[in-house]
Amino acid sequence: MSMDLEVEAKMQAAEQTDTQMSGSQMILQSLVEEGVDIIFGYPGGAILPTYDEIYKKGIRHILARHEQGAIHAAEGYARVSGKAGVCIVTSGPGATNVVTGIADAMIDSLPLIVISGQVATNVIGTDAFQEADMVGITMPITKHNFQIRDVQEIPTVMKQAFHIATTGRPGPVLIDLPKDVSTNVGTFNYPKHIELPGYQPTVQPNRLQIKKLNAAIKEAKRPVILAGAGVLLSGGSSELATFAKTRNIPVVTTLLGLGSFPESEELSLGMAGMHGLYTANMALHESDLLINIGARFDDRLTGNLDHFAPNATIAHVDVDPAEIGKNIDTDIPIVSDAKRALEILNTSKEENDGFTAWHEHLTSYQKENPLWYEEDGETLKPQKLLELIYEETNGEAIVTTDVGQHQMWTAQYYQFDEPDHWVTSGGLGTMGFGFPAAIGAQFAKPDKAVVAVIGDAGFQMTLQELSILQELNLPVKIVIVNNASLGMVRQWQQLFYEERYSHSLFPIQPDFIKLAEAYNIPGFKVENPDEARDVLKKGLEMDGPVLFDFRVTSLENVYPMIAPGKGHQEMEGVKP
Amino acid sequence: MIRTITATVNNSSGVLNRITGLFARRQFNIESITVGVTENPEISRMTFVVNVDNDRALDQVIKQLNKQVDVLKVRDISGDTIVARELALIKVVSTPQNRSEIETLASPFRASIVDVGRDSVTLQVTGDHQKVEALIDLLKPYGIKELARTGATALKRSSKSQSQELKYSFIQ
Repeated sequence: MSMDLEVEAKMQAAEQTDTQMSGSQMILQSLVEEGVDIIFGYPGGAILPTYDEIYKKGIRHILARHEQGAIHAAEGYARVSGKAGVCIVTSGPGATNVVTGIADAMIDSLPLIVISGQVATNVIGTDAFQEADMVGITMPITKHNFQIRDVQEIPTVMKQAFHIATTGRPGPVLIDLPKDVSTNVGTFNYPKHIELPGYQPTVQPNRLQIKKLNAAIKEAKRPVILAGAGVLLSGGSSELATFAKTRNIPVVTTLLGLGSFPESEELSLGMAGMHGLYTANMALHESDLLINIGARFDDRLTGNLDHFAPNATIAHVDVDPAEIGKNIDTDIPIVSDAKRALEILNTSKEENDGFTAWHEHLTSYQKENPLWYEEDGETLKPQKLLELIYEETNGEAIVTTDVGQHQMWTAQYYQFDEPDHWVTSGGLGTMGFGFPAAIGAQFAKPDKAVVAVIGDAGFQMTLQELSILQELNLPVKIVIVNNASLGMVRQWQQLFYEERYSHSLFPIQPDFIKLAEAYNIPGFKVENPDEARDVLKKGLEMDGPVLFDFRVTSLENVYPMIAPGKGHQEMEGVKP
Repeated sequence: MIRTITATVNNSSGVLNRITGLFARRQFNIESITVGVTENPEISRMTFVVNVDNDRALDQVIKQLNKQVDVLKVRDISGDTIVARELALIKVVSTPQNRSEIETLASPFRASIVDVGRDSVTLQVTGDHQKVEALIDLLKPYGIKELARTGATALKRSSKSQSQELKYSFIQ
């Protein structure tokens, strides 16, 4: 090769890596570099240049009918796929409409990339049309956020955003993109390395603390594992199974940790917390060694902190050091990725005494205090409905919920044996989450059965997304657990406000079947409990989307229950 | 308990907002906050004096600060040997008769008169919290017209002498 040719080849190579692009082209190309194959969003003025590139580039974009639907879909996608969910919205109202979803993702540690349009840099701060200070608004509810002021920053910011969102404790990252930045032209060179000296999550456990935990297990008589979302987010379910089985330690999960350990396993005690299983709560209460792996000791789990696990040595594995010691004093702190900590724990072969007496004790609790509900022979019990859904999906469906009674019944009666099959709004408790989240989950796993179990109240908050089902014939199955009320609010009013049902009973409801028909979606209304199974079976077998309106017992309460301010040992409604 | 915490942070827009927002949201009480650029123009140093109820709250302040991507390093330097300084500008009522008296009073504090008016003088004093407080107390009887104070800014001393107080240690 002559010198000239060599130089030419080098120049060509340089041109290929340093391509001139507009800001919006850079945004899209960065998404491609990060392996993004689906975006949830809604266009508008300030984000028009980016939508123009979406049109040209042909990247898959799902048009929601409200930005809240888009962001919850991105959350559902993230929870099931393990990848970052991407949501693009315009400035002002478009961006403020995703605030709920960002807060939801923050508290439940879901990786999201939210790109919000912004007014042009020369009018920022002048109260321009559709201007809202999104960096300021989302500062406390994002893991980090950026406002891009120069087109040249785009590749670095995008690379950093994905890195921050998906590593350590995952979370949402917002990128505010002024309109002029998205039209300005610059050189695109996607960085290979990240320089973030202020962000270095600790993912490897300290060996000394691991040793301490092994020694504590050796000494323990009544150990229990509390498995949280961290196990799922780190992909450590099989490592958890190995750990629990080789050490013969029973496993309790949090609400968000459901599926991190198979519920059909003998060692599984099920979910703990306010509406958790009696045995799970008592196991925490009576334990002498509590091994928390990837849970954050949320107040709905712990109940009154003064009564929480009074005799236990507390070991806490969490990738976020700020969670350790936040609510509960910790004896053995392990800052680590949950999976990594379990892998290292699984390399040691410490002996233990098998905890026979402890297991027998817990088994007797289980036998004496199973979940219960009473049939009345007239109405469909919501608990029964959840049992039917579990049976008719063979326990294999991806299940999403909102917040409230239906969520607790699903957590109690649907047995999750596999990871990443459970999508719910835990920390924020967001009504209107479950249905759009199911849409995102279905895109993440197109071949899986996805069932959105939602209340009649929550459904009415985001039902506009029925359009997505119709448009794409997306086979999401919607199960409305219809008690014509805001069930959990009503339950609390019954128990703590002397049955003053302030605005929790819905005197008027839409005809949900006609509503489904309006979107050309088949709907089934079931009032007779005897028909429930057959209708459910028939609907679940249909190819496209289906909506079920199950009329359930209207004044049913969720039990057992830890009343506010009470401890685990003070559960009510344990027996009929 | 009062603690002095320093943080080095990226010198980018909005960082102070992030930090003060965090303190407000987590219900941490800030007594004072000072910010200034360091020897590296891309990095600022913040010095917080915080009032926390207990060790757990202090632990949370430091950990939550550390979680911020723009925060590079956080140290609780309360137990260390540090140089901490505040500055105060004190405008005191003064007559030609008592001006020299005020000057005499200020001199052991190495406070200087930086402005003189017909019926007032303005003193500038630099020192640790107690010293500034002491001078203000002494000047009160003359009548303080206006008072402007900075918060504390602090650096660790080069020579290490171990103090008795328990030092915060990071988990791992």
